[in-house]
Amino acid sequence: MSIGHSFLGLLEGRPRHGYDLKRAYDERFSPGRPLHHGQVYATLSRLLKNGLVVVDGLEPGEGPERKRYAVTDAGITDVQEWLSQPEKPEPYLQSVLYTKVVLALMTGRPADEILDVQRTEHLRLMREVTRRKTGGDLAEQLICDHALFHLEADLRWLELTAARLNELAARVRP
Amino acid sequence: MTEPLLVGTDLFKMYGTTPALRGSSLTVRAGEIVAVMGSSGSGKSTLLHCLAGIVRPDDGTVVYAGREISAMSDVERSALRRRDFGFVFQFGQLVPELTCVENVALPLRLDGVRRKEAERRSREWLDRLEVGDVAGKLPGQISGGQGQRVAVARALVTEPKVVFADEPTGALDSLNGERVMQLLGQAARDTGAAVVLVTHEPRVAAYADREVVVRDGASLDLERVA
Amino acid sequence: MTPSWLRELLLGARMALSGGRSGLARAALTAVGVGLGVAMLLAAASIPHMMQARGDRGAARADQNYGMQVERTDRSTLVGLTDMQYRDQSIRGRLVQAEGADPALPPGLTALPGPGEMAVSPALARLLLSPEGALLRERLHYPTTAVIADEGLLGPAELAFYLGADDLADDVGGVGRRNSFGDENTSEGLDPVLLLLVVIIFVVLLLPVAMFVASAIRFGGDSRDRRLAGVRLVGADTGMARRIAAGEAMLSALLGVATGALMFYAGRSFVGSIELMDISVFPSDVQPDPVFAALIALAVPTAAVVVTVLSLRRVMIEPLGVVRRGGDTRRRLWWRLIMPVLGVLLLLPLMGSVSKESEGFSEWQVIGGVCLILLGVATLLPWLVQSVVRRLHGGPVAWQLAIRRLQLDGSMSARAVTGVAVAVAGAIGLQMMFAAVEANYQRFSGQDPTRAQVYAAVGLPHGWSDAATVTARFAATPGVTSVGSRSILTMELPPKPDGDIPSAPLVLADCAELRRLAEIGDCADGDAFVVDNAEFQAPAPGTAVTIRDESLAEPWTVPAGARRARPLTDPVNGTTAGVLVTPAALPAAVVGRPGLSLQTLIAVDPAATDAVDRVTNTRWEADQLGATWELNPTVVDNKFAQIRRGLYAGAAVTLLLIGASLLVVVLEQLRDRRRLLAVLVAFGTRRRTMSWAILWQTAVPVVLGLVLACAAGLALGAVLLRIIGAPVAIDWTGIGVVSALAGAVILLVTALSLPVLWRLMRAEGLRTE
Repeated sequence: MSIGHSFLGLLEGRPRHGYDLKRAYDERFSPGRPLHHGQVYATLSRLLKNGLVVVDGLEPGEGPERKRYAVTDAGITDVQEWLSQPEKPEPYLQSVLYTKVVLALMTGRPADEILDVQRTEHLRLMREVTRRKTGGDLAEQLICDHALFHLEADLRWLELTAARLNELAARVRP
Repeated sequence: MTEPLLVGTDLFKMYGTTPALRGSSLTVRAGEIVAVMGSSGSGKSTLLHCLAGIVRPDDGTVVYAGREISAMSDVERSALRRRDFGFVFQFGQLVPELTCVENVALPLRLDGVRRKEAERRSREWLDRLEVGDVAGKLPGQISGGQGQRVAVARALVTEPKVVFADEPTGALDSLNGERVMQLLGQAARDTGAAVVLVTHEPRVAAYADREVVVRDGASLDLERVA
Repeated sequence: MTPSWLRELLLGARMALSGGRSGLARAALTAVGVGLGVAMLLAAASIPHMMQARGDRGAARADQNYGMQVERTDRSTLVGLTDMQYRDQSIRGRLVQAEGADPALPPGLTALPGPGEMAVSPALARLLLSPEGALLRERLHYPTTAVIADEGLLGPAELAFYLGADDLADDVGGVGRRNSFGDENTSEGLDPVLLLLVVIIFVVLLLPVAMFVASAIRFGGDSRDRRLAGVRLVGADTGMARRIAAGEAMLSALLGVATGALMFYAGRSFVGSIELMDISVFPSDVQPDPVFAALIALAVPTAAVVVTVLSLRRVMIEPLGVVRRGGDTRRRLWWRLIMPVLGVLLLLPLMGSVSKESEGFSEWQVIGGVCLILLGVATLLPWLVQSVVRRLHGGPVAWQLAIRRLQLDGSMSARAVTGVAVAVAGAIGLQMMFAAVEANYQRFSGQDPTRAQVYAAVGLPHGWSDAATVTARFAATPGVTSVGSRSILTMELPPKPDGDIPSAPLVLADCAELRRLAEIGDCADGDAFVVDNAEFQAPAPGTAVTIRDESLAEPWTVPAGARRARPLTDPVNGTTAGVLVTPAALPAAVVGRPGLSLQTLIAVDPAATDAVDRVTNTRWEADQLGATWELNPTVVDNKFAQIRRGLYAGAAVTLLLIGASLLVVVLEQLRDRRRLLAVLVAFGTRRRTMSWAILWQTAVPVVLGLVLACAAGLALGAVLLRIIGAPVAIDWTGIGVVSALAGAVILLVTALSLPVLWRLMRAEGLRTE
């Protein structure tokens, strides 16, 4: 789960304060499980160190809340790469995928391509597992089946999300 | 890479005022298994019907082994379907009054093979698909999984170049469906037949070599996009 | 609280209507099918009343005395019979003349027409006004002063007139005195043989109609079964499903009865404008017998329920679909044989008991016997189809598809064909009976139309002296090529020892005409000749006889100088026999009697149109009470001819009806197999293969049905012939014609179903579901 990429994506729209970032993140991607302050600042300082964000301005007063961050070109490239790269299919992937889709929608990138790329990757893996299963003994088959059922569930989610992209876009676009 | 065997290009088809295909294209190479996926109503079955020469597209071309199917007469297309293509559908495909072995022998007999010879070859195929024991039964007396295997045997008995399978496991439980897919895939690879597999089930599509998605009547070859 | 079975029946009724478009279409199809059958049954049920009403009106206007003397009173009316032909239509004509102050009136008139005035039926009035009536106008050129009301007519198209006269006399032939019109019992009933024929015709024609109704009730049975499966899915048990089906069938049948009643009453209003076989019917006469009508209204819905429940016995409706049972149940033969055997047993006691002279017979026994034999065809056919088809195999794909289908569900196809088989069996039996009976009702008249075509009888007002004028007038009529005239009188011979008074014909004519009747050699006026033929010996010359002609009785002696002559043949009377005389050889009282009847044989040019009607016009001018008719070598009993024509008309309608029901069944089967057809097309099946499969599938049961029908028909015919005591003879042409007709119906049905097959064979079928 990449909080960093999410921050970069959120900053693409406009520069934000650290506190503002946390609130936006919590609302969109992690309702009910807010980030700790420590996580926020650790992530931001890593991004600063890697040159993906810069401090855009300072409000008068003390503390990190007063810093406003903006994304750099390197930061945008990094987000782009992250979005276009399929995730390795694995259980409980959907939160990352969801984040990606929402970020793509927010930043005006084609979200359906993300889904298609992911879908292709999933099916590729399913074919592989299916081949392994066809050649394997019963234990191997059962293990493969477990993986297949999970992958299938992901795929179904991908299909469903693809079908409801417009609806989602209307929600997340300001 | 082998030469393309069956190429559909920019296919359009309307049913009444409803467009079923809007510029769909698909290439099938000899011996490969292509899964055609898509939600219901996306036009994936229509694509299969056009590629198989069952339905003539309103626009676009279908070329099979260098011959343009979409320009053939009904008689020529029928003959092509008898000889070079095989078909498996979701349900209701076995002639209820013929025994299983007679059902399998039907395509051979339609093409003029003598009854004895046709039934001998049909029995071999039934054995291969592990349903040799139902040869003499009527379709109404066997289970759905057995019925689909009989249908697969019938699709392969003429040793076709392309097998068109439209939701072949749609009416089966997952275990039976998987077995039918394994047998179909295995038999197709053994005989070198290409398979156009229309399905909405990912686990069925996973038996294919690659997948094509049909969305709103247009097909997307995702692997090529990626 | 409504009982649950009633609720289920009502639910079924609602389902019949709420099945969406296809459900409605099904209900409509059944309603029309049942309606057609019901309308035909109602029409048949109306025949007794129709006959009764016609008979009653006929009796009410009866005016013939048959030689009985009637006292002259204030009410007396003289009636002269002058029925005639115009083209090929019969016209009922009467001359009427008041004798008393308050003359009796025939029904349909409010006053007798005055001398030289006519009252005519509406149809005759129309004919006289139309261009087709031109020649008749020359004959009936009298002013029309009244129209005969309906109660004086048998039917709306009847041609009839009453012509006022002032010169009728009671003692002239063809004239009678009436003090009232109408007789108790004039209409001659059908003799037992004809009645037997009519009863059998009814059974043979109506049984297939009843079977058509039964099959119409099954229209759409498969989709109904699927719907019932849906009902089972939501929790109905088998019994409930059956009651729901019964309710559905009952509603369809009730709709059918209503449709039938509507069709019947709609058709009834057209009946008045139709004339079939010289019979026209007033719409008001067409009233179904209330008992039969009630029976139909009750029996059809009941049959619907029974048929439905019986057909459901062979089907298990499970929540997830329909399972047809009995694919491999062997049909048993014994109970199927019970019906025909019972039928024959019912008819056997009647053997030899029905003849033209016999007392009558139990109609119900005949109806029952014939029905059972014919129903035997219906029960035996499925068994026959199954046992034959089970033994068939091999052959090309189309044949294999057809045979396998018949093996799996032969009863479907057999049922569809049953109607044809029953109709054919009945028709063959009837045909045999007809051929035998025809001989009794058609006799050779001995007339020879090659020598003369028209016969005219004219009363001579001043006796023989008018003969030459009348003959000349006939000869001058356009189209006439030759005319010969004579008067034939009767001589009473001396009584025999047993008291019997024999008689012999006396022919009065000139020498030229006599030469045509016998080889008389030299002849002069005053000569007489005696002619014997093989069957009849004429009185010897010198015999004292009495000449009788109407009221005349004149003693005479056959002249001693009468020469014997060899007979020749006459176009009307056959070989001549009796005494031939020239006018001078007879007393003046005989030759000069006013009203002496001159019989004229007229040859006409076959190319001349309307020559017969022109001759009739000439005759009418000469004597309104005379007669004209055409010579015909055979005379068919009129009633028999009508029955035969009725049979042909009925058979045509029945076969068409059966064809229609067969078509519905075939189309329904096709539609049910739409998806399978599409799959077969995908496999590259040729249209030709499927078309042949359909043809074989229909043809095999039809051929088997025809074979069975021929056997049953021959058996039925043989039994019927034994009943009327006629030798059993097989009428192969009749069998051929009837079988060919039935075969043609099958071909027609197959041909009509092919376009639908081809349409269904387009790949769109794969898209459904």
